[in-house]
Amino acid sequence: MSIFDYFRPHRRNSASLAKERLQIIVSHERATRNGPDFLPKLQEELVGVIAKYVDIDEEQVKVALEQRDEFSVLELNITLPDCEQARKRQVENAVA
Amino acid sequence: MAKIIVVTSGKGGVGKTTTSAAFGTGLALRGYKTVVIDFDVGLRNLDLVMGCERRVVYDFVNVVNEESNLTQSLIKDKRVSNLYILPASQTRDKDALTKEGVERVLNELSKEFDYIICDSPAGIEKGAQLALYFADEAIIVTNPEVSSVRDSDRILGILASKSRRSENGQEHVKEHLLLTRYSPMRAERGDMLNIQDVTDILAIPLIGVIPESKAVLQASNAGVPVILDKLSEAGQAYSDVVGRFLGEERPHRFINAQKKGILSRIFKTKEEETV
Repeated sequence: MSIFDYFRPHRRNSASLAKERLQIIVSHERATRNGPDFLPKLQEELVGVIAKYVDIDEEQVKVALEQRDEFSVLELNITLPDCEQARKRQVENAVA
Repeated sequence: MAKIIVVTSGKGGVGKTTTSAAFGTGLALRGYKTVVIDFDVGLRNLDLVMGCERRVVYDFVNVVNEESNLTQSLIKDKRVSNLYILPASQTRDKDALTKEGVERVLNELSKEFDYIICDSPAGIEKGAQLALYFADEAIIVTNPEVSSVRDSDRILGILASKSRRSENGQEHVKEHLLLTRYSPMRAERGDMLNIQDVTDILAIPLIGVIPESKAVLQASNAGVPVILDKLSEAGQAYSDVVGRFLGEERPHRFINAQKKGILSRIFKTKEEETV
């Protein structure tokens, strides 16, 4: 820090930004690391099918494969949008 | 039986070869018979960093293909007794190394040596996978920088799933984090990830912190492992790493910025700005 730095506008500490971004991406990559190779494709197609009937985006579908002793559990977690919101969106889409 | 240690990182240019050379030399200085193997087929560089580039006759691929024997191919270090180098081949054939061939060479080296250091190439291709496959322990070289940390995490995943130990259901490869090119001053200013940030994310034990130092480039310019530069901070930090690896209690050094007086704070020198 030189004396002139005190007069510069304060900006966000870049190291904490780096840490935050890393924590998010690393935990995301760890979650998919041990899964079989078809998992991302499965998730993509599932989103496609569900999107035909319900207005959702990719963020709202979570696919996880959990390894138990003798079997694996494929867990599918879909957050359906609020009915009110969904209807509004449908109306908007219809108008558009 | 030798202990096999891989020096790996995923990302290139973070200090794997510098670390392999320094760490291997450090173990040899402690009296352990040590061999450092360059796994970077096609991009041989360990020989240059260790200053034996003009003495390479046969290489790792020759031994794997049984075109030469180990005695012909191992280069004995001229400065440190107990230290040997097995250089990589400069062939462009990326399939020159096979798992079976590497295993046979490692088994043979195991009979004679205490430590085998595998200097991994960058990336996660075959060469890098072979370098870590047989490892008992791993040194993950990481810079305090986003892409290096992310790649290190990826390599940790590969160690956990694609090493011999994991495939055979043996005890996990023992992992050590080595943070290199660390600048305490920039970390304190918040311009660089600090030690805690990196250990929080990677969640493996820290074996050492090597400060950013001119001595590292000077050492590679001269072909002398930086650990032999006993006056340099980097050299001393590497000695500490070897000590900790051997189970000694050594506090981390060179991890805090030098406190400066008010005058030097005001009149910042040009050099500091570029560090």
